[in-house]
Amino acid sequence: MTVMLEPGQQSATISVLVENEAGVLARVIGLFSGRGYNIDSLTVAAVDQDGARSRINVVTSGTPMVIEQIKAQLDRLVPVHRVADLTREGPHLSRELALVKVVSSGAERSEALRIAEAFRARVIDATVGSFVFELTGTSEKVESFIALMVPMGLAEVSRTGIAAIARGTSVL
Amino acid sequence: MTADVQQSGAEVLLRALRDQGVEVIFGYPGGAVLPIYDAIFQQNSIRHILVRHEQAAVHAAEGYARSTGKVGVVLVTSGPGATNAVTGLVDALMDSIPVVCLTGQVPTHLIGNDAFQEADTTGITRPATKHNYLVRRGEDLARVVHEAFYVARSGRPGPVLIDLPKDVLIARAPYQPASTAPHRSYRPSTEPDPARIAEAVRLLKGAKRPVIYSGGGVINAGDAATAALRAFVRATGMPCTSTLMGLGAYPSPDPQFLGMLGMHGTYEANLAMHGCDVMLNIGARFDDRVTGRLNAFSPGSKKIHCDIDPSSINKNVAVDVPVVGDAGLILQAMLAAWHSDGQTQDRAALAGWWRQIDEWRAVDSLAFRQDMTPGATIKPQYAIQRLYELTQATGRDTFISTEVGQHQMWAAQYFRFDKPNRWMTSGGLGTMGYGLPAAMGTQIAHPDALVIDVAGEASILMNIQEMATLAQYRLPVKVFILNNQYMGMVRQWQELLHGSRYSESYSEALPDFVKLAEAFHGVGLRATSVDDLDRVIREMIAVDRPVIADICVDQKENCFPMIPSGAAHNEMILGPGQQARTASITNEGMMLV
Repeated sequence: MTVMLEPGQQSATISVLVENEAGVLARVIGLFSGRGYNIDSLTVAAVDQDGARSRINVVTSGTPMVIEQIKAQLDRLVPVHRVADLTREGPHLSRELALVKVVSSGAERSEALRIAEAFRARVIDATVGSFVFELTGTSEKVESFIALMVPMGLAEVSRTGIAAIARGTSVL
Repeated sequence: MTADVQQSGAEVLLRALRDQGVEVIFGYPGGAVLPIYDAIFQQNSIRHILVRHEQAAVHAAEGYARSTGKVGVVLVTSGPGATNAVTGLVDALMDSIPVVCLTGQVPTHLIGNDAFQEADTTGITRPATKHNYLVRRGEDLARVVHEAFYVARSGRPGPVLIDLPKDVLIARAPYQPASTAPHRSYRPSTEPDPARIAEAVRLLKGAKRPVIYSGGGVINAGDAATAALRAFVRATGMPCTSTLMGLGAYPSPDPQFLGMLGMHGTYEANLAMHGCDVMLNIGARFDDRVTGRLNAFSPGSKKIHCDIDPSSINKNVAVDVPVVGDAGLILQAMLAAWHSDGQTQDRAALAGWWRQIDEWRAVDSLAFRQDMTPGATIKPQYAIQRLYELTQATGRDTFISTEVGQHQMWAAQYFRFDKPNRWMTSGGLGTMGYGLPAAMGTQIAHPDALVIDVAGEASILMNIQEMATLAQYRLPVKVFILNNQYMGMVRQWQELLHGSRYSESYSEALPDFVKLAEAFHGVGLRATSVDDLDRVIREMIAVDRPVIADICVDQKENCFPMIPSGAAHNEMILGPGQQARTASITNEGMMLV
C-alpha cells in the first residue's frame, strides 16, 4: 500500500521471522500500537515445512530514528528470531495480491475486461453483471488498477498486503 | 526427558521452582491455584509469604529481587488475582526487576467462556511483562518454568508471567530439568564489541570535561559491575553522577560523586551533564526525568551509551558510541583498555573541570535551614538527614525503600548510599504503595538487617494492609512517614504550575498513625517538633517489631533543586528564592508530566 509520507518520514519494509506460537502476532501488533508506530501493511504466514516459524512482513513509516527503534523493539521480543529491514539492507521484491469486484454492464463491462488484460489480471469469477479479477504485483500496480476500475463499476476490493523478500543470495 | 509421570502439574511446578533455587514465594490463594497451595502445604523447602493484596505480592518480590539480585517469585489466583498484580508487573518492567509471576487460570476447556474469575491474563499482561506464557499442556510445564526464569534474569531483566490453567495443575505431568541448550530465538548479547570499547576509551582519554552517568543497569549487573564502576571512576579521576535507580553503585560520600542528577538532582551533577564534552552513560536510559528538555540536553557533548538492551540506544537521545552488553563486562573491558591505551589523559584539563565543578558544588544546592529551637517544625530534609546519621551510627546494614513523591526525592538526596542493592524505589512507573511491600520483601531476604520504608502519609495508605503481613511474620520493618498532610509532590506542582490551587491534594481525614500501628500489632511513634526527632528515630531503630514513625513535617516545604518540566539542565530552580524563574515554564512544559 502506498502511503503519503510526511516530511522527514521514510517507508520501510521489515520482515520478522518468529516462533510460530500462540500470541506472537498480538505481541508484534501490540508493540506497534502501544508505542505509536504506524502499520501500513501487514502479512503473516508459516514459512517452514513443519510450521514452526512464521514470517511477518510489515510496511511501516517513520523518521530514521523511529524505524531503528521499531527494529530494535521487534528484535527484543522473546519469540523473534530475526528482523530484517528489506528497504535498507539492499534490493528487494515485494508483491501483493488483490481481488477486485466490478459490477457493471455494457461498455463499462467490456472496458473493465480490456484493462484487466492489460494488467494481466485474471478473471476468477464472472456473472452476467459482475467480474472478480485476481491481480498480483507491486502495491503501485494494484493501486493504479483499482483507480482505473472506479469508473468501470468498482464494487469491492480485498488485498493481502505485501509479501517481501530480498533479491539475490541473502536469506532472512 | 525424564519420563517421570508420578507427579501432578502442581508438584512439577514446585520441583521446577526448587531446581531454580527459589526459597520464597509471595502469594495469595484462590480457587484456580488451590492445587499449588495443596502442594505447598506438603513440602518444606519453599517458604510462602501470605500477603494481603496481590499488588503487594509483586512489590514484595521486587524488593526481594532488588536487594538480593535473585529472581522474585509471585503466586496469585486467576481473574482479580492476576489483574491486581498488573501494577506490580509494570513497575518491575519499567525498572528492569527480575520477577516470575505465577497466575492461576480457569481450566483449559473453560478458557474464553467468561467463567468465574476468568480474565484474559496473557492478553492483559502482554505489554506489562517482558514475556508471558499460557501453559496448555502438562508436558510443557517444567520447560516453561525453567525458560521463564532464564528470560526474567538474563539480558535486561524483567517480569515474566506464567498462566496456569487448573486442569494442567491437577493432571499428571512429566518433569524435565532445565535445558542447557540455547534458547530458540531469545539470545541477549552480553559481551561488548572490543572495537566500540576502544572507541569509547579513545574519546574519554581525549576528554577535557568528562562525566560518568551511571544507572540501575550497573546494580542489575551485580557486584562485579559495581566494583568495576568504582575502579573505573577512580582510575580515570572523572566526576560521576547517578540516576535514581543507580544510587549506591558508586559510594555517595566519595568526593568524585556529584550526587543524583535529573529533575531533583544536584546543581553540580546537572551542570556537569550540561557542560561536559564527553558523557559516558553506563546502564541508564536517558529517561525524561534525567534529560529535561531533549533539544537542550547536554548540547556540546559526545555521548557514549552502554546498555544491555539495544532498543535503549538512540531511543531518546542520539549517541555517538553505542556499546551493547553487560555493564560489568563493559566496565571491566573499558578499565583494561584504559590502562593499555597509549594515549595520555589531559589531566590539566580535568583539573580545570574539577575546579569548575567545585564552584558549582559550593552553591550547596541541597542546603536547607532547620530551626533548632525546641518546638520548631521539622524540615523533611532534616528528618532524612538524621535518619541517615542515626542509622549509620548503629553500624547495621540498612536498606531503604520508598513510596513515591517528595519524600522519595528527599530520601534520594539526603540518604547517602554507599553500597548497591540497599535502595528500593519505584523509579520508572512511580507507584505509590510500592515501599511498604518492597520493604517487606527486603526484610524477608535480610532478616537481621534494618529495613526502613521512607513514606508519605498519602502513599502509605495505598498498601497499608501489609502491616498485617509484617505482624504475621514478625518482620521488624520500620515505616518512616514524612507527614505533611498533602500529596506533597502534587501540591508542589500545583503551587509552581497551577497558581497554588491545591485541587484535591490535601490529605483530609488521615488516620491516627500511632493507633493504626497498634491496631496492626506494631509500635506507633510520633514526632511533632524538632526536639522529638532523634528520640523517635532512636526508638524506632531499637524496637524489634514493626514500627510506624509519624514524623510531622513542614507542610509547605518544596523539593529543590528542581528542573521544571520542559526546562533544560541549566534552567534549574535552586530554592524558594528563585521561584520567580518559573515564569519561564512554557505551555509545552505544562503538558509534560
